Amino acid sequence: MTVIIDYGAGNLFSIRNALDYLGVENKISRDKKDLIDADRLILPGVGAFPDAMRMLDEADLTQTIREQAKIKPLMGICLGMQMLFDKSYEFGETTGLGLIPGTVELMHPKGNLVIPHIGWNALEINKECPLLSKAEEGQYVYFVHSFGAVTHSDNVGAYCDYGMKVPGLVFSGNVYGCQFHPEKSGDTGLKILRRFASVK
Amino acid sequence: MLAKRIIPCLDVRDGKVVKGINFVGIKEVGDPVECAEEYNKQGADEICFLDITATHEGRKTMVDVVRRTAQRVFVPLTVGGGISSVDDFRELLRSGADKVSVNSAAVRNPNLIKEAAEIFGSQCVVVAIDAKKKGDSWTVVVNGGRIDMNIDAIEWAKKAEELGAGEILLTSMDTDGMKTGFDIELLNAVCSVVKIPVIASGGCGTLEHFSEVFKKTEASAALAASLFHYKELTVEQVKEHLRENDIPVRITL
Repeated sequence: MTVIIDYGAGNLFSIRNALDYLGVENKISRDKKDLIDADRLILPGVGAFPDAMRMLDEADLTQTIREQAKIKPLMGICLGMQMLFDKSYEFGETTGLGLIPGTVELMHPKGNLVIPHIGWNALEINKECPLLSKAEEGQYVYFVHSFGAVTHSDNVGAYCDYGMKVPGLVFSGNVYGCQFHPEKSGDTGLKILRRFASVK
Repeated sequence: MLAKRIIPCLDVRDGKVVKGINFVGIKEVGDPVECAEEYNKQGADEICFLDITATHEGRKTMVDVVRRTAQRVFVPLTVGGGISSVDDFRELLRSGADKVSVNSAAVRNPNLIKEAAEIFGSQCVVVAIDAKKKGDSWTVVVNGGRIDMNIDAIEWAKKAEELGAGEILLTSMDTDGMKTGFDIELLNAVCSVVKIPVIASGGCGTLEHFSEVFKKTEASAALAASLFHYKELTVEQVKEHLRENDIPVRITL
């Protein structure tokens, strides 16, 4: 069972639609017991970092997620991916889940590029990762964000180019994060979700 | 680098896809969910539903169309037509839309843009502007071009961005349905005053019109309805043509 963590921030239904379409058994829940019983977890997120961490704390799930991430695969999506890092500088400084080393900072692309980074951008594979195959090199995925991860390239499966190298897919052990929305990224996104559904 | 987007638009009335020319002479052409799936297969980067229903029952049907599409199509969905309140935004976003476009209600109540952007984020607020040439400039028209609001379209685009719009969907009422090409002059006038993405709409009839709009303007996306409906061109053909012209597009396998 894949549990989509419901803590009040995120487009849960799009993720559920994609998992249903793929035939991946799933449940939307904020019940600690469900998180503990799950085979794998998805942490969605839309909005601002401090609000999302506060909501996770209020749902009393922060510690549970940290513990469960040691023993089962976890995927953060968009803001959920940013929450996997040590801290974010969006509206001050906020501590994250600390599951992947790095920080979350406002992007400063070169040239005349606008923030937020919204649209389809191409994956540039950086490091072998269970969620990616060589076929994903150059494939487009859908981004909507203004802040991005700053992390060692050892933690980056794929970057994309937006006047700077933007970490698109990050991972450390069994913790994975997509800055893009795999549930809105056509077949490429569905493939990545399907692979996550089978990683151990 | 971001890909230029190709967005097929489906005009929906009472749960059926319809298509008219110059906003009059409407006829039914199919099931919206099936059409959306077909466009998705062709490689559409986003799918736009424009609800032209007038009745309350028709509105509920639209929410259902969005919900069913979101279960089968995994690219961003934009829904517009008759949106007049934050509650309309909420209902459509909850049913699976990623972006909501507002047109006449925003002209009449610009604060709607601000409210929606503050609650749901700018990324899901698309301001649709129907513009018509008037002397040396363009005026904003509503109700399918029937009412001239006497507002300068370029100024309105600027204001929409200031209020929090995430994108401008710009339709030229002079070229819409004419198949003579996008309105390059209008697009350049708007692109030069806003930083947010501008979606070009109205007037495409050939492959060359798509490469032209991306070569001659800063438009981020091009939207078309009848061209794709009547299978005169497929999204795939448009993208192949753009790729041959060195315009970055998302090619699907």
